[in-house]
Amino acid sequence: MTKPHAIIIGAGFTGVATAHDLALRGFDVTVVERGPIANGTSGRTHGLLHSGGRYAVKDKESAIECIDENMILRKIVPDVIEPNGGLFIALTDSDLAYGEDFIEGCQACNIPIEELTPQQTLKLEPNLNPNLLLAFTIPDGTFDPLRLALAFAATAKSNGARFRLYTEVEGMMLDGQGNVIGVNFWDRKNNQHGKLRADIVVNATGAWAGELTAMAGAKVPINPTPGIMVVYDQRLTQRAINRLCPPSDGDIILPQRRMMVVGTTSYEVDNLDYVPVLEDQIELMHERGAELVPGVRQAKVRGIYTATRPLIGAGTTGRSIARTFKCFDHKESDNVDGLVTITGGKATTLRAMAEKTADMVCSKLGISAESNTKDTPLISYRQFYALPD
Amino acid sequence: MINDWTVTFLVYRQKGQEPGHFDTFKVEVNPDEYVLDAVERIWSFHDRSLTFAHACHHSTCGACGMRVNGVEKLTCITPIRSVTTNGGTVKLEPMRNFPVVSDLVVDLGVMFRRMEAVGHRPVLPLADEPAPTPAKPPRPEDLETIRLADCIECGLCISACPVATTTPAYLGPAVLAGAQQHGLDGNRPLLALVDCKDGLWRCHSVFECSSVCPSNVDPARRIMDLRKQVLRARILRFFGRD
Repeated sequence: MTKPHAIIIGAGFTGVATAHDLALRGFDVTVVERGPIANGTSGRTHGLLHSGGRYAVKDKESAIECIDENMILRKIVPDVIEPNGGLFIALTDSDLAYGEDFIEGCQACNIPIEELTPQQTLKLEPNLNPNLLLAFTIPDGTFDPLRLALAFAATAKSNGARFRLYTEVEGMMLDGQGNVIGVNFWDRKNNQHGKLRADIVVNATGAWAGELTAMAGAKVPINPTPGIMVVYDQRLTQRAINRLCPPSDGDIILPQRRMMVVGTTSYEVDNLDYVPVLEDQIELMHERGAELVPGVRQAKVRGIYTATRPLIGAGTTGRSIARTFKCFDHKESDNVDGLVTITGGKATTLRAMAEKTADMVCSKLGISAESNTKDTPLISYRQFYALPD
Repeated sequence: MINDWTVTFLVYRQKGQEPGHFDTFKVEVNPDEYVLDAVERIWSFHDRSLTFAHACHHSTCGACGMRVNGVEKLTCITPIRSVTTNGGTVKLEPMRNFPVVSDLVVDLGVMFRRMEAVGHRPVLPLADEPAPTPAKPPRPEDLETIRLADCIECGLCISACPVATTTPAYLGPAVLAGAQQHGLDGNRPLLALVDCKDGLWRCHSVFECSSVCPSNVDPARRIMDLRKQVLRARILRFFGRD
């Protein structure tokens, strides 16, 4: 029997992780990506390996996904992670009040935390705001965004998956009854157009998911929400530093290599392909960052950029939307067969998102194969370039 | 942001086996944006066929290296203001010493295979890769923290290296620096890989690598250090102590 052929559109986190999962389950996989690996939202994440603490109060489903996947990624892809932990620090009375809910939330989600006095905290991280009132340790980490995606892509490639990079999907091939049977593409490397048939097409284009489903006359409730990131030329903490407060602008400092990133904000745009930086938000990041680590004020800016979250939900906006992911079978929602969309979620949950998607693909095609990605160590990210195409 | 500068971008273009040429794009930009932002604008609003590599936009991934006015730059952290003036021109070319895939995209495969071969460690304790010139020395308790390596494998040093231009067989600065980071420490296969004519003796000490490195690696210093390690290994072998 020939292997079922799956086309995955998008080589961001969900695309490469789904390619890995389906390749392990014996699928013939082709990833079609309009640019290089992780050139959209995935590459531009600040790189927080979420412990789930940020969502433990209001969005427990996401928090539990995060802590579970955090522990799995530490095991299967240690080469791309700084596993140095994180802190949530309280600076005001309202932060302290939030702390009560935080403890309860973390317990409910099974996130291990430990309370520290200001003295203990400053001993760990002497550059923190000396007026901090209380802190909790939490198993956060930092990852290199491109290398995380490459490790999944490399492993998928070693299991036979093909990657067509710089290849943009221009339209869906339909069967005459509106069902998807492949894609029409434009290979921008060689400036050639072509068609590719598949048994199933997985739309893993994140914030761009709506543009792809529209090509098949299907819909997805996606709410692209950019945020700004300011990068500084200095590393002032070993750990990820979170403000102990409800999710808000500039509530985190992420150290990575010899730099640190302060993020982020939440706004709306029309054109996802070029999202400009809003000037006033830069000052807001300096301010909010300096509340956590006063040295941010003196640190030199190394870069400023934006990343667009693929939040699920129509009508509501920004912070109030849950950060969990969702897999859509367009046969059910739009009566369009052959097309599945995976979107939402966090970088940290990429493996779980892929598992859910591959489960849906298998059940649609009547294939019984289990996901094996939880216990499969990934090969070196460099193998993506080293292995022949 | 205010787009109050007009800049002419001369962009190298090449598709498939066709010969390369330059296209001209006159673009309104904010001078405080980065060169990569301008390239993304050109793709978004002027020419969707343009290909360029990029991912993190904050200098941790190493994907967006290009030659900007003839100098190797990580374009995501190179402000437009630093490479031209209002009404000026910016020439964008793919990195040298790598095969061109398309437009500004090069194939870094050889470098990654060699980085793998020399065992460059992508994550390591801070103690194993201290800052070359630290503002203040790290605290002993911080030395145990695990850091992503300094080298982001962008390839800029190999593009800038005049010796790499003379032969593709030369391992190149990033790879030799990777071997130094791994440490020779009696590792015979690694020693054989670097102690040869296309290894660290090919370096002519031009130091272009260190001048273009965006990520604190200082490959030239590491190559000199690796030479010391190799000489030490040779002397030990001469006295039968290896």
